[in-house]
Parts: sequence; structure tokens; C-alpha cells
Amino acid sequence: MRYALVGNQNCGKTTLFNQLTGSNQHVGNFPGVTVDSKIGEIRGERGDCVVDLPGIYSIRPYTNEELVTRRFILKEHPDGIINIVDATNIERNLYLTLQLLEMHIPMVLALNMMDEVRGNGGTIDIGKMEEALGIPVVAISAVKNEGIEDLIHAVREVSQRRIYPKVMDFCEKGAVHRCIHAVSHQVEDHAERIGISPRFAATKIVEGDRNIIEHLQLSENELDLMEHSIVEMERDSEMDRNAALADMRYAFIERVCGQAVIKCRESREHRRSVQIDSVLTGKYLAIPSFLLIMLLVFWLTFGVIGTFLSDLLSMGIDALSAAVEQALVEYGINPVVKSLVIDGIFTGVGSVLSFLPIIVVLFFFLSILEDSGYMARIAFVMDRPLRKIGLSGKSFVAMLIGFGCSVPAVMATRTLSSERDKKMTILLIPFISCSAKIPIYALFAAAFFRQYKALVMMGLYVLGILVGILCAVILNKTTFHGKPMPFVMELPNYRFPSAKSVLLLMWDKAKDFVQRAFTVIFIATLIIWFLQSFDSRMNVVTDSGDSLLAMIGKLIAPAFMPLGFGDWRVATALISGFSAKEAVVSTLGVLTGTSMSRLGETLGQIFTPLTAASYLVFTLLYTPCVAAVATIRREMGSLWKTVGIVCMQCGVAWIAAFLVYNAGKLFG
Amino acid sequence: MTLDQVAVGREVKIVKVGGEGELRCRLLDMGLIPKTIVRVQKVAPMGDPIEIHLRGYELTIRKEDAGKIEVVS
Repeated sequence: MRYALVGNQNCGKTTLFNQLTGSNQHVGNFPGVTVDSKIGEIRGERGDCVVDLPGIYSIRPYTNEELVTRRFILKEHPDGIINIVDATNIERNLYLTLQLLEMHIPMVLALNMMDEVRGNGGTIDIGKMEEALGIPVVAISAVKNEGIEDLIHAVREVSQRRIYPKVMDFCEKGAVHRCIHAVSHQVEDHAERIGISPRFAATKIVEGDRNIIEHLQLSENELDLMEHSIVEMERDSEMDRNAALADMRYAFIERVCGQAVIKCRESREHRRSVQIDSVLTGKYLAIPSFLLIMLLVFWLTFGVIGTFLSDLLSMGIDALSAAVEQALVEYGINPVVKSLVIDGIFTGVGSVLSFLPIIVVLFFFLSILEDSGYMARIAFVMDRPLRKIGLSGKSFVAMLIGFGCSVPAVMATRTLSSERDKKMTILLIPFISCSAKIPIYALFAAAFFRQYKALVMMGLYVLGILVGILCAVILNKTTFHGKPMPFVMELPNYRFPSAKSVLLLMWDKAKDFVQRAFTVIFIATLIIWFLQSFDSRMNVVTDSGDSLLAMIGKLIAPAFMPLGFGDWRVATALISGFSAKEAVVSTLGVLTGTSMSRLGETLGQIFTPLTAASYLVFTLLYTPCVAAVATIRREMGSLWKTVGIVCMQCGVAWIAAFLVYNAGKLFG
Repeated sequence: MTLDQVAVGREVKIVKVGGEGELRCRLLDMGLIPKTIVRVQKVAPMGDPIEIHLRGYELTIRKEDAGKIEVVS
């Protein structure tokens, strides 16, 4: 048996999924999908699995989440549906339920947060609810793990015995009723041929859902006939088609709730939320408290816990690497193989792996912000400035994380529901200067702009943001022209995040990153090691100036002449910066043959303050590191688009550095 | 009157939902349909979007979009 878990956003769906499956879950691979949908085996029920589909409010063809959910239900034919609804907000939640009922698949309704309803003096009559909807209804509390056994039992029962929903007709006699029945009669054969319910097909035709209409392969004649019934309905009901259907559904829901639900007084949870919001989204306190929270998250991640764990991990890797090195030396292994293992694998993968604690810690905080409901508030507060560049408040958090590291920032775009917003945000993240570039800035600022150190650092950050905004405006007018996603977003009550969900999310992200570290990033670091260690005749180099990497550096160095820094060592450092941005500094050290402490002086012979500024601008804007590129590749789902982004970044960097250098020359 | 003109704290009844395409469907799906009672809860610190309360939950929409919803008090 395979069940689909469907529900609104913020209704506790993931918590229920985690209760149902434990840690027995993995990300499902459904074609053409970049939105997560996880599969897990139900605990104690061998062979029964449940698929956690993304949270949606309606079965429309607009957002990624909606497309994934409906494609799964229509194409993968689950044996049963578990529809989870938030009992404290039942009216709006049932709107999706009615659309699921129309799909005519065995289904169970899970009334989540019933404890909260009861705790505030409300109640829901389960029997009346079952009768009105024609499906089994089970009261549960996902957080407290109550009612889960009953739910599993109920969904098994309906799925095994193929018990279909008994109610599908929500329309009172009248214009809408007539229209839907006429259309569903006409579409019956087509719907049955492609294996969907005629009633569902009919309402989707009335709503004008292109996707379904194309799929049904209706003739011109049939479409005309249906259009005729719909126009008639619009005239008789004095509403257009979409309003008429929404009205029909909500009217039915209001009738059901009128019979079965005794609404609670204003709940404690809601009162608490309003109180918290008087600070967190208050007129004067919203932005300061937002900055404070983000500062705290950053400080803890990059300053305290993350750094501590990162240092610990890199110490561990260093110790392991030293032990392996010694063992290899004692064994008397070929020095090239030793170099491959130590300088290639350990150094390369190790440097990337040392990001891991930062990513895990950052996602720990992010999932708390998300699950508690604060993320929605950030979008609410920050929507206005972002709208100017064609994005919505939801993109803000991902961009902000970019100041720490582009990798988790790109990973965080997964919560954006519009493909357009997601792609555009991913494109902009690399312009936000990540923390790995700080060593480069610090080195150059100390060597060339001693008096204006802070100003130069600040200037670089601001420049990155400005160039990003400029690109966004241009992209918004060209490639991403078209309507941005409408910003209609629920502000859920604040809730305590469940420890289990937070831990599972951290585990997921860590696994994801480690997998990548050992595949794409592993190969990339090997290539860089190879280029660094061999010359064109495949001999091991003794002077790093003879390596293949240096050759490439010499080859591309002329391209940087117009920017003021044609030196091959500088160009080579930029290439090695692709493995990790910190590597720019260490490569400069190796190639100029100076120790870190004297590197500033040596650079003084290669750069003037103006060319240094040009170089800094270039490093600020050029291609993100290999880990970030691998993440972008994964989230974009396309190699060519990723290559496109890398080329665009390099192009923009070149132009910006060119402008800086030449403007500087002009003004002396 | 349209929803964006309603003062904070006031309750109004929806008469008509305008807009088109995806936005309009989204508004209707979220329960903003004629005869629904809506209370304007708050305006975001930068003056836009607004937070409204309806059907027992909170929703945020932009003023521009709220301008497409006709209401009466």
C-alpha cells in the first residue's frame, strides 16, 4: 500500500510524517521535480509507505508544490490519501479537502491539533463530520503523538477495501450544480480513459485549468458545449466561474462547520501570537528585532558553535591526514600517490567538509525560524524593498544567508514556491559576498588601504549588493520577464518547533552536503590537484610555476590585462579560488614564494592600490566556489543553466573590474 | 471602498473580488470571497503589505492587491 499525505502549509504535515515513519525516510525521486517529496515506511507496517507531498492550499496548476502534488496523485495512483487538516483553522483547510474528495480516491481526514481546539473550549463532532464528508475522520495530535495508530488503521482499512468517498457533490441545487453536472456528464468518457474522476475533471474544466483540459483531449465541439454551460452558469449565478466554484465550496464548508464544529473562543495560542507579533512585526520594533535575531544566528553559527565545530573537524581531518601520511611514508609508497591522497583528497575534501558544521548549525537555526512561524513574518516585514527588484519577501532569508555561505543559501531557496523566484534568487546569491572571501579582502585591505580598511571592506559588501540589484533589475526586465508570484501568504500562529523535525532536517541537509562533497566536489578537487602537481609532460613539478595550473594561468592572464593585473600568478590564484575562496590567498603565497606574514609586502610589488581595488572587485563578483556551483547545479536541475550562471558571474566581474580600473585611471 | 483603504482594527464585509489569473484564484482559494467578514489587523512596518484576519486565521496580502477587493462596513 502506498499513501499520499496531503495538506495545507503549516498544518503539522511534516510532524505527522515524522511520527508515521520515524527516521525511516528518504527523498523521493519523481521526474522533473526540484521540490522535495519524501517517502517513508510506516512504523510497524512492513510494506506500507507514505509519501509526504508539499503543502498546498488548492489543486491549481500554478506553484511548484501544487504541480508536484497533483502530478503525484493523478499519475502515481496512490492507494489512499491521508488529508491532514489544522482543526483550529478548519474552514480554510477543508477547502483543499473538497478538491481531494472530487478526485475519488480512498481517503481519511486527520484532524490535527484537536488538543488545542479542546483546550480552548471548542469541539468538533467527529460523527457529523464523517457523515457530511463521507470519509473516516480521525482526531489526532501530531506533536503529542496521539491518535496516530487509529489513523494508520483507518487509512489501511479504506485503501485495502477500496472504500471511496461517499460524498462528492457539494453544490446545492442551482446554476453551479447544473453546470458541473452537465460538464461532468460530457467529460465522463475522456476522464475515464485517462483514469481521473469525471467530477474532478469537470470542476477543473470550469476553473479553466489548461493542464487538465489539454490532457483530456477534448474536441472543439465538446469544448464549445461545455463553455456554453459555463457561460450560462456565470449568467445565472451572477458570478464568474472561479468565484462561483470558490463560493460553492466555502458555502458547503460553512454548512458542515455550522453542524459539526463548536468554535473555540480566541485561543491562547492565537493571543500569544498576537502578543509576540506586537514586537516582531510592530511598527518600530520589527526591523531592529529582525536584525538582532539574524545577528544572533550569524554570530552563533559563524562565530561560536560553527567555528568551534569546524575547527574541531578540521583538526580531526588534519590528524587523520597526518596519520595516513606517516603510514604511507613508512610503507614507502610512491610520492605521487602520497601527494594524491594527502594534498588532493585530504586537503581538498577536507577543506570542503570543514563547512559541514556551519551548514548543520545554520540549518538548525533556520528550521527553528521556519517551524516557529517567524520566517513568514520576515517575508511580511521585508516584502516591500524586495518587490522593487521583482522578488517577494520570501527570498530575503535565502539572500541573507548568502553573507555566511552561498551553499546553504542556495539550499534554502527550496522553500520558495515559484520556480521563477527561486531561479532569480539563486542567481543573485553569488553576488552577496560570502564569509570565505573575507581573508582575501583582509589581506589586500591591510596591504594597500591601511587607513581605509573598514571602509574598503564595507564598500565591497555594498558593491556586491548593488551589482546584484542591478542584475536583478535587468533580469526582471528580460529573462525573468513575466508576472512574479502573487504574494498571498498565511501568517500561522507561533508554535514551538518539534525537536524531531528540526533534527531530521539537519540530518537531511548534512547528508545532502556530504554526498555532494564526495562526488562533484571530490572530482573537482582532484582535477585541481592534478593541474597543480603536474606539468605538460606529465612530470611531477618541483616549482609550482611550471604546473599545468600555472600554464593555464599564463594562458588566461592576458584577459586580465585590461583590468590592470596581467600577472600570471594572480590569474592562477583566481583559478584555484574556484575550489574554495580562501585558496586565493594561499595560492598567492605559494606562487610568490612568500610566507603569509610577508605576503602583503610582496603583493605591493605586483599591485598598485588601483589594480588591487580592481582585483578585489573581480574576486568579489566572479564565479562562486565549486561547492556552491554544485549546489546551484542541483537546485537548478540543469547543467547548462549552471554553466550560464558561472559565465554570467565572470562576465559581470570582468566588466565591473574594468570599469573600476579605468575610472580609477581617469581620475588618477 | 476597497480593502486597502480600511483602517487598522476595522471589520468589513467583502462585496467583490477583482484581479485576474493566478492572483485572483489565490485570493478566492484562501477564502476571500463575497460575504466574508475581514478585519484589517496590521500594516507592515514599511507601509506594505497588510495583515488581515478572516475565517479564524491571519493572511498577508499587498496593498496593491487589496485594492482589488471591494468591501463594505
